Formats: sequence, structure tokens, C-alpha cells
Amino acid sequence: MKDILRELEERRAGARLGGGERRIEAQHAKGKLTARERLELLLDEGSFEEFDMFVTHRATDFGMAAQRPAGDGVVTGWGTINGRMVYVFSQDFTVFGGSLSETHAQKICKIMDMAMQNGAPVIGLNDSGGARIQEGVASLAGYAEVFQRNIMASGVVPQISVIMGPCAGGAVYSPAMTDFIFMVRDTSYMFVTGPDVVKTVTNEVVTAEELGGATTHTRKSSVADGAFENDIEALTEIRRLVDFLPQNNRGGVPVRPFFDDPARVEMSLDTLVPANANAPYDMKELIAKTADEGDFYEIQADFAKNIVTGFIRLEGRTVGVVANQPMVLAGCLDIDSSRKAARFVRFCDAFEIPILTFVDVPGFLPGTGQELGGVIKHGAKLLFAYGEATVPKVTVITRKAYGGAYDVMASKHLRGDFNYAWPSAEIAVMGAKGATEILYRSELSDTEKIAERTAEYEANFANPFKAAERGFIDEVIMPHSTRRRVCRAFASLRNKRLSNPWKKHDNIPL
Amino acid sequence: MIEKILVANRGEITCRVMRTARAMGIRTVAIYSDADADAPHVRMADEAVHVGPAPASQSYIDIGKVLGAVRQSGADAVHPGYGFLSENRRFAEALAAEGVTFIGPPASAIEAMGDKITSKKLAAEAGVSTVPGYMGLIADADEAVRIAGEIGYPVMIKASAGGGGKGMRIAWNEREARDGFQSSKNEAAASFGDDRIFVEKFVTQPRHIEIQVLADGHGNCVYLGERECSIQRRNQKVIEEAPSPFLDEATRRAMGEQAVALAQAVGYQSAGTVEFIVDGQRNFYFLEMNTRLQVEHPVTELITGLDLVELMIRVAAGEPLPFRQEDVRLNGWAIESRLYAEDPYRKFLPSIGRLTRYRPPEEVREEGRVVRNDTGVEEGGEISMYYDPMIAKLCTWGPDRETAIGHMRTALDDFELEGIGHNLPFLAAVMDHPRFVSGDITTAFIDEEFPEGFAGATLDKETLARISAAAAAMNRVAEIRRTRISGRMDNHERKVGTRWVVTLADQRHEVRVEADREGATVHFGDLRSMRVTSRWRPGEPLARLEVDGASLTLKVSRIPNGYRVRHRGADLKVHVRTPRMAELASLMPEKQAPDTSRMLLCPMPGLVVRIEVDEGDEVQEGQALCTVEAMKMENILRAERKAVVTKVNAAPGDSLAVDDVILEFG
Repeated sequence: MKDILRELEERRAGARLGGGERRIEAQHAKGKLTARERLELLLDEGSFEEFDMFVTHRATDFGMAAQRPAGDGVVTGWGTINGRMVYVFSQDFTVFGGSLSETHAQKICKIMDMAMQNGAPVIGLNDSGGARIQEGVASLAGYAEVFQRNIMASGVVPQISVIMGPCAGGAVYSPAMTDFIFMVRDTSYMFVTGPDVVKTVTNEVVTAEELGGATTHTRKSSVADGAFENDIEALTEIRRLVDFLPQNNRGGVPVRPFFDDPARVEMSLDTLVPANANAPYDMKELIAKTADEGDFYEIQADFAKNIVTGFIRLEGRTVGVVANQPMVLAGCLDIDSSRKAARFVRFCDAFEIPILTFVDVPGFLPGTGQELGGVIKHGAKLLFAYGEATVPKVTVITRKAYGGAYDVMASKHLRGDFNYAWPSAEIAVMGAKGATEILYRSELSDTEKIAERTAEYEANFANPFKAAERGFIDEVIMPHSTRRRVCRAFASLRNKRLSNPWKKHDNIPL
Repeated sequence: MIEKILVANRGEITCRVMRTARAMGIRTVAIYSDADADAPHVRMADEAVHVGPAPASQSYIDIGKVLGAVRQSGADAVHPGYGFLSENRRFAEALAAEGVTFIGPPASAIEAMGDKITSKKLAAEAGVSTVPGYMGLIADADEAVRIAGEIGYPVMIKASAGGGGKGMRIAWNEREARDGFQSSKNEAAASFGDDRIFVEKFVTQPRHIEIQVLADGHGNCVYLGERECSIQRRNQKVIEEAPSPFLDEATRRAMGEQAVALAQAVGYQSAGTVEFIVDGQRNFYFLEMNTRLQVEHPVTELITGLDLVELMIRVAAGEPLPFRQEDVRLNGWAIESRLYAEDPYRKFLPSIGRLTRYRPPEEVREEGRVVRNDTGVEEGGEISMYYDPMIAKLCTWGPDRETAIGHMRTALDDFELEGIGHNLPFLAAVMDHPRFVSGDITTAFIDEEFPEGFAGATLDKETLARISAAAAAMNRVAEIRRTRISGRMDNHERKVGTRWVVTLADQRHEVRVEADREGATVHFGDLRSMRVTSRWRPGEPLARLEVDGASLTLKVSRIPNGYRVRHRGADLKVHVRTPRMAELASLMPEKQAPDTSRMLLCPMPGLVVRIEVDEGDEVQEGQALCTVEAMKMENILRAERKAVVTKVNAAPGDSLAVDDVILEFG
């Protein structure tokens, strides 16, 4: 009996060694942790339960029969993050470069199936050279099996991808279909075709970092939602993100003890909006002063900065925030900001996370770049996302809410539950100057008269009261009481029930 | 008696004057510019009058507009505060012509002391010690040497038109005087187109010490001790104290009596200040007289128990001083720290913007301790480019200097200030500086002790260990809260471990944290332990802790696996990791700040409004580089990281397309 027990110990020890000491050292030399070290940091200490430690591939071509390491290049299982269950896979670059074989894929599929059945998030730590070429089409089939599960799990359990090494070719499409992608600076990259192929086909000379590094994907392509300095910081911050997320689409948001008075008054918010209507201010100050403990987990912080998205807590409960940012492009909506916010709103709606919207939007960005880029359809994504969302929706207009952008930003007409405005709000078809120039075109030559008309328009329309008179604004609130008002609004909506008509699925303008 | 006072000023001094006026039952009137419409000094006043646009030249120092406000409000007296119109003879005269009382000295005294040469002559005539020197212009090197000999070495050879150290030479002997005369003359001619030269005594180890005087209209004049203002940066006072740690009773009396003699010689009434320069042998020389209330008057109030503003008002109303010189008692020690919106980490560059957080320490008046904060700003207020960058004057009092400094350290620790760059860390560093603590200071203190500027204070080993213990205890509270989240697996909850590794600065501590109801005991590897108790809760930006019975106040904010901690002028990252994480963290490479972009690209089609930097400027992360107007809104483009501007490709008025290169960095 003792021998049998010892054999298990030995087999386990062998499996835990992955590709062996030398490859582990090489992994460390690159500034990367191993698959198992990463799981140790991601999960609560001692909580990891492994599956399929002894799975090996079944390939025989190209001499593969001789090398059959236990685990086949991916570590899978489940564990807890602050006591809440998550399913995980962590690709092991020390074993065949983390390449994906049929059995490697099967291991991932197994935990994904369990995650969906048991209602817990899936976190994938990606570090893989790509398909295992020796297995040919079996490897491709493996990818597709994973893709299909990503698709089925979408909107059922949160899926998070952390790119911690290479992720190229077909491999990119599994993370692409998850809810969030995070990258590690300098040690990770993602692209469909690498620099060599790019050079062969298009003669473009480009580095892996330029083509698919963290900077590229967080600032330009928006493929990634965030980037971290190193493996440790990344895994720490993923734990922090998970603390904000529901386990699945049925359980509702997590609740955590909080140490911040929901009735906290912030007098300084009364002076947040500058006297000059064209002067910028930082909307993140309002977010921080509204949130419990000022804690804000921003999503896509480096992309389309004219809109801010992320998670806060109010009374310990997660709330998704969408806010125009007057500091950048005057906070206007454009293609990028509409896409960014639309995806965030849909995530929140899918997982029953209430949405708080702060509005200061002068309209859509004009120009050929926008129109030729299809701003009509991209802008419609955000409109569609807000309109279909059935979660509690609370909106605060701080300053401008002009034109169609007013409608888009979680207006009353899109089933907003609470639509508040600060006294500084200007809810109108457009700014005073633009409006008078159209309405009084015949008087344009008379600058004095136009100035008078502009002042008249400002007095009559550049305020929240025209909208409040019609009930489009539920109440005009003092800026300093925003946290209290918003907390109470969401508290009153905890039992909100609203559903959309039955449909197979909608047809959002993709 | 005066019934309504208009304070012809803004900010803290206006609030200060109104506080006393209000206590005396006098109504108050504020004036304000466009930029100050919502300022605290306006709200504090019984009534307020708008006097014009933001620039002071078109509002606060426009005599016509201020007079208009006086008439409109019907004020029967005006307090000018300091700066602005406080030492403007014409303003005092204009008020007199209107029959309005000026709460300050007679116009004649303002005029007499307003000119450096005249005031020095008057002082000499009144028997006040002045810096020996030759007022006239010097013809040649021989004359320079002769005069220097008469004055006594060392001497300073100065260009009449000089400034900024140009055309200035110090000579310790005849040869240096001869050479210095010629080089000063050449330099002055080249720099200022004016080669007139004069010579005066060079004061070694100079201190700036000033005497507060107070005179009434009945011939009474007293001195209220001195203030030492040697901690200066480019002639801007930063820290003042009363009394001076340097003066003895005889020198104090000699200076005080000379100051009174000067005040009487010019028929002074009201509060005034006679400034002296004092050398290492306690020789003192007259510098100038300030015919107004000084910024740093609170330290005198704290050690004399007098309200200078009240006395100014009473004197202006014709009352005699209610006490004599022999009644004046100096009690204890007071320190004033001036909080400026100047970033010490960026060579004290002025910083403007919004005070997103402004929580001064609680004002206290109790046995052995006074904390006083004179301020004219509030949270959410704006530090604008138009006015003085002073945010507040934080004063503490204690029975002796050491205690007063201790109170100041605590008060600075408690002071929360965010949103703009400010000199609070620098002030805290000075309070802990051994040379300041010893009292061995001169006006060169900052240049000598911080020659490379300020890069944050260095904390001693013991303090770092105490911060480590505090961080370990705070981290435990935060981690335990995380495990209280809903939706966890019953019976399989996360148990927060007791062993942690704390790293900060170059220290690394393996600790064991034993928590109980009241707090935590942090055991260090070397068998030492520290007891930490606190009511701190995660998210609170100010952590007040007791570590081994002594209080420790930290400004904390969360970073991955730890905290950014600010304390006593130091700005540190403290990491608290599990032993396993600490082990793995050692495998992570040290990274240089990434340098992915060397250009500032225009993010939108727009019009350049301003370029804030020049070629060759070093810019810091977050610094404003350029303002582009788009969608009729001004967008400020900021530096993403520290860099040097090598090329400016755009100018105000340029119309730019997306991705046009505005700046290039080296």
C-alpha cells in the first residue's frame, strides 16, 4: 500500500515539474512565472484543486510518442478568490511551449463546462506558442471546441483572459470572445499573424511589441482592457477585479462590508463644474467621490479616454459606471467611445450589474473621419446597449446633454429609472451659439442682436428645468448630495424586475 | 467707533481680519474679482462688492474700483491686509479725502518708509543701526578699495541696477575689492547697461529677524518682540517663528528700542514691522520697515496673546494702546509654516488647479498646545494663476521651541491636501532637519541644505520599521474585509494568514501578525515586536495609528499589494506580501519607465490655444503641455511621462489634424 501511495506522490511531483528545471529557469529569466506559480498567486492560498494532472497527448507523428509529459502543457482546475469559486486554466510554456493539443483543449473544455454548470467565472492564463503543429487538424479542432464554449459561456459566467506570454494565430480568438482581456507589459503579445508573416505578405517591418504588445492593445486596438507591470501585479489586480464581479448571470452582484457613509456629503462637488462652460474638469473626481471609499476599477483606461468605464461599489454592492470625460475631446461621443461604452454596458446588463451614468456630452464628434468610419452604426451600439439593458439605471447629468447624445446617454426615454440633473445641467438640442445661428440665420450679420438671442437661448434652454418640466428629469439635485441620492436610488431598485420581449436574440448593429 | 470695515484684499488675510471685526461687533464688507465670486472670504462677509476681472491690476489694486466699493457699501473704515494696496500712499490719502478711516499708518509714514534710500537715511538719523556702506556711486577701483577699508571687510560690491546675483562680488581683502569692482562694473554694464556701483558691508551668516511694533495716535509705541524669518526661498519666507532661537535679551531690547525710535521718528501709528539682518555675532542692521500687517503676524499673536488686528482697529479708531512696554510678556514659542501651491519635487514650480481634497488639522487651543490655521481656501476651491500661491498659514504654539516644532510635525501629518502640487512634504522635512531643530539657521539654509532641490525626506530606520508594522496591521484589516464578501463557499472560506513580508525603501521585514479585538501585535524576525492599534478602516486616506504607544499618522492610498505612504516629507511605496508572493516577486525584473512615444500627437482636429512649454524644458508626468480647442471646448494635453522637449512644431492659432505632431521629446 505504501508503495502505491508513494507512486502517486512521485507522479504528482513529476507533473508539477512541467517541462523541467531548465525550462522553468528559462521562464523565470524572461521575467515570467510558471503556470503553477501563477495559480498560487491568483487563488487563495491552498485552495487550488487540480483536474487532469495526468492527462497526456495521444499524438504519434513526428516522434511525439516519445514525449508525453503529464498534464500536456496546461494546468486546470478550480479554487477560490476570497472564498468565492472560480475555474482556472493556466498554460504551461515550459511544456511544448504551452502549445495547444487536442487533449490540452479537452482539459480547458472540461473546466469550462463545469463553470457553466456550476455558475462560476472562468479565468484563463494564456502563455502559449499556438497550435501544436505535430497534431495538425486535431489541434485546430481543439481550438474550435474552446471557442464554442467561450461563446456558450458568454453572458452566463464571467470570462477573464490574462495574456502572460505569446498568444498568436487562432489562439487569440478564445480570449477575444471573453469578457475581459488583460496583458502583462513587455512579456505578452497578441496578434493574428506575427511580424514574420507580416513582412512576407506586406513588406511591413514591425516588431512584435508594436504589432501586438500591451501598449498597442490598450491604447490603439482596444483589444485589451488593461495592462499590468508584471505577473504579480497582474494576478493581484485580477483578484481585485473578481471581487467586483458576480459569479454568474443569476446570482447578482457580490456584497462586501463597507466603511463609507452612504449619506456622505461632498461640498466640493458644488464647484466641480467650472463657471466657464467650455472649461474642462475631471469627471473621475466625481466618480471617486461618489464611490465607496473612492475605489474605482477602471476598464479600458487608456483607450477612448473621452468616456470612462469601470466598476465602483455603492453600499458595498458593485455598480458599473459610464461617464463622459470633459478633459478629453470635450467628452464627446465618437466611434471609439461608443464602442467602448456599449460593450461595457452590455457586460453589466448581462450580469445584472446596475449602471450609473454621469453625463456631460456636447454631442457626437463631427468630421469625415467619423462619418466614413461609420459613426452612425457605432454610435447606435451604445444607444442599443442602453435601451435593451434591464438592470437598474441611474443617470446624473452634470453639465451638457446635447442633441442625440443626450438621448443615447441612458436618458429617461431609454428606460432610465432615475434621471437626475445638477443645477448646472444644460439639456438642449445644441449649445446656445449653434442654436441661435440656425434659428436666427437672417440676423447673423447683426452681432449685437445675435448676442442678445444667444443670451436669451441660454437663459431659457441652457438649464435642466425645461426637461424637468416634462418629467424627463426626475429631479434636479445638489451636486454635494450626489452620493446619497444615487445610493438611495439604487437601494430602491434592488428588486427591479424588467424583461424584454422574447426573441431568439437581438440584432445589435455590430 | 468703527461700524463697518471693508477689507480691500482677498484670501486668508481677509478672512483673518473679518474674524476679529466680527468678534468686535463690526460689520464686514468683502471685495472680489471674477475669479473669486465663490471664494470663502466673500461668503464670510456681511456684504460683498464685485470690483472687476480676475487680474489684480483691474480689480484688487485698482484704487478707483476699490473706492467705488467703499462708497457703495458705506464702509467707514478700510483694512488693506498685506500686499495689494496696503502700502500705497495714494490709496491711504484717497480714503482720508473721502473721510474713511484707513486701518494702517499715516500716508506720510508709508511714504517715508516706502523708498529704500530714504528709509535708510531716516533710520540712520533715528539712531538705528544700518548696514555700513557708501551710498554714493564709486568712481574707480582706488575709491572702492578706500571705502571698503573704511567699512571693514568683508564687503559686498553691488551694481546699482543689479539683481539676481549679477554684478555682485564679495571681497574679503583689498585685492579682491579691486578685482571685484572691475568685474562687477563690466558685468553690470553688459547685463543692465548701467555700470554704477556701490559698496556695503557684507553680512556673514545672515539671519532675517524682524521687530513687530505697534503705535497709537497718543504718542505710545511698543515693540512686541521679534520674529525670525530666516527660512526663505528666493526671498520668499517659508517658515517663521517667534521668538528667535538666536537673540539674547539684550539684543532683543536693543533691536526693539531702535525699532520704536524709528517708528516714532516717522510718526508711525498702527502695526508695523522693522526688518533687520543679523550676523553671526548678533550685530544687527536695518533692512526696511513694512508699514502694514505682516503675513507672519500670527506667531507674534501666539506668544503675546494679543490680537494685532483688533489693536490696529482700535488705534485707527483713535483709542490709546491699552498697555505699556513693560506689560508686554513673551510666552512660549510659535512656528508658522506657509503652505504654498508650489511643487517641491519640481523645483518649487507653481502649481495651479483644483483642491480636490483640503482637510486642515483641527484648530486647537489647549494647555500647552495651540494649532491655528489661517486660510482662505476650501475643498473644491481653485488655486488660480492670478494671485499669490499661498494656500494656508499653519501655526503651532508650545511652551518651548521643541514642543512647538513637535506640534507642527503632527499638524503637518494631519493636513490633507490633494489636487495640486504643494510644499507640505518640504515643510515636514524642514521640521525634522537637525540643523533647523538646533536653531542654527541662516537665510541660506534652503540653498545650503537642499542644493539639488527636494527629492523627499529620508526616514530613519526606526520610523521605517514602525511604518512596516503599521502597514502589516492595516493590510490585515483590509484582507480580512475582503474575505467577508458575499457568495463565498461555506466552510471553505479564505483564511487570512499571519505571516507577511513587508518591504519599503531598502528594508525587508518578515513579520507575523497576531490580531485581537483591539489591534495587532507585529512580530519581527529579530524577536522584536510592535503593538499597533488604530480605528483606521480600508479606504480612509488618513491613518492615525498608535505604534507601541506612540502615535503615527500616515497618508495612505492603495497600490497593488500595498500602500503608498506619505509621512514626514517622505513618499514611499510599502508592499505587504505573503511569503510566497515575496519569494516570487524577487523573480520579477526591475523595469525602466517605458519610453514608447517621443511625440505629443494631436488627439483630435482642433485649434492650438496655448503651448505651455518651450524647447529644452523638462516636463513631468501629468504636466500640461498644450491646450487644443475642439468642439468649442479647451482640452489640456498632458505629459504622459517625464521627458525633455526637443522640438515644438505648433504655435497658438494653428489648426491641427488628428495625429499631427505637436511636440517631440528627447
